[in-house]
Amino acid sequence: MQLSTKHLLGIKNLTQEDISLILSTAQQFKEVLQRPVKKVPSLREVTIVNLFYENSTRTRISFELAEKRLSADIINFTASASSAAKGETLLDTVNNILSMKVDMVVMRHSASGAPHFLAEHIPAAIVNAGDGINEHPTQALLDAFSIQEKTGSLAGRKVALIGDIMHSRVAQSNIYLLKKMGASVVVCGPPTLIPKHIAQALGVDVSYNLKETLEWCDVANVLRIQLERQNQVLFSSLREYNLAYGISRDLLDSLNKDIVIMHPGPINRGVELNSDVADSKQSIILQQVENGVAVRMAVLYLLSGRSVAE
Amino acid sequence: MQVILNNKEVYDKLDQLAAAIGASNLDYSSTVIVGIQQGGAVVSQFLYDRLLKNDKQAGSLKHGKLDITFYRDDVRNKILAPDPMHLPFSIEGKTVILVDDVLFTGRTIKAALDALFDYGRPERVQLCVLVDRKEHRQFPIQPDYTGIAIPSNRSDKLKLLISQDNEPQVVLLNQ
Repeated sequence: MQLSTKHLLGIKNLTQEDISLILSTAQQFKEVLQRPVKKVPSLREVTIVNLFYENSTRTRISFELAEKRLSADIINFTASASSAAKGETLLDTVNNILSMKVDMVVMRHSASGAPHFLAEHIPAAIVNAGDGINEHPTQALLDAFSIQEKTGSLAGRKVALIGDIMHSRVAQSNIYLLKKMGASVVVCGPPTLIPKHIAQALGVDVSYNLKETLEWCDVANVLRIQLERQNQVLFSSLREYNLAYGISRDLLDSLNKDIVIMHPGPINRGVELNSDVADSKQSIILQQVENGVAVRMAVLYLLSGRSVAE
Repeated sequence: MQVILNNKEVYDKLDQLAAAIGASNLDYSSTVIVGIQQGGAVVSQFLYDRLLKNDKQAGSLKHGKLDITFYRDDVRNKILAPDPMHLPFSIEGKTVILVDDVLFTGRTIKAALDALFDYGRPERVQLCVLVDRKEHRQFPIQPDYTGIAIPSNRSDKLKLLISQDNEPQVVLLNQ
């Protein structure tokens, strides 16, 4: 069993078998993380560089922990504290790092397609840790893992993605993944935050009514309002957003079932999620973070296969 | 594919192994039996069931499965998908009977010992194998309980297979 791809650039080019393999491997790593010694020697002779051209807390720590749990050697690169600030190009930076014999690159970049560009120019395996508004594949994989763990399966599951769909790489990766695994997806948010042709382009249903969406779904994955990616005013105020699209305890209690609440973090409390929802029993937000390490271990492990011929 | 041990012969050897373990005066309350995925787990399951049947004292014996995929020393050549682990008990201070189907170079056992010690510090570890290909050993590893020693060529592939009607046999796979 091997992945059909050498890099993890996005969910778009993964097969159903790839996704199943990553999720089942992650299950075994989750078991490893429950043991007295939470570490395996699998990537002992692998060196990984974490290239972060954009701020990140959760994803960077999660990748770093996953790498350490696999016994890999790691180098952390943060663009703001590096020669990138002196004007070095991405390719030069990476080639300089690779000349020090690095096997894998985990990269986050604010430009969509940056990891795809690198994959064409360097020999190391590349894992996309989020590129602009394109994809965030490991987030979608850990979301899928968490849904599967909580509800038993992905096929036939009704999942709502709520909030800022327009600027969300998490939404795009989630849609690709859920559709491939046989779940149905509704995106819900204000019209200004939902791309106009998303229904035709990605095969999802669109709703502008939060209550109807919540009544339909089994799982609500609530996305963050990305203030840093909005150059124009797309809704009048955060308070108004909260009143129309924020999820409150009262709203959840008015449904005739218990739905699962997810959020990729960081949460804007009182905007997209109220605290009494984020911290409730229905929320699996902290389990998502925990599962993130196991899922990233699986991705790194499966992509570390160095070629047999050499 | 050539059958080396048919299902009757496999069952005979398994019965002998269970009898040998039963006769070794183990304190079952501090003993666990752990099969290495996948063949060893089949053997250990059989031994566990048989020990329970033979001896009421064996009720306190625990059974687990160990997967060594993440501990293999050939990971740089090929990536393998792991099998489930199942060790829902502590092995701290216990006697662990490690079980595999075929003992060959000893590499698998070395990896299994590495994996085992990440679960705790057993008092002692014994090794039980259905088939021993002892002339090909590359590490100082010897079994405590052996079903049968089978002479073989270095390039042979011996495996415990479960047939479609759920019967075990040991086969020589053609190259």
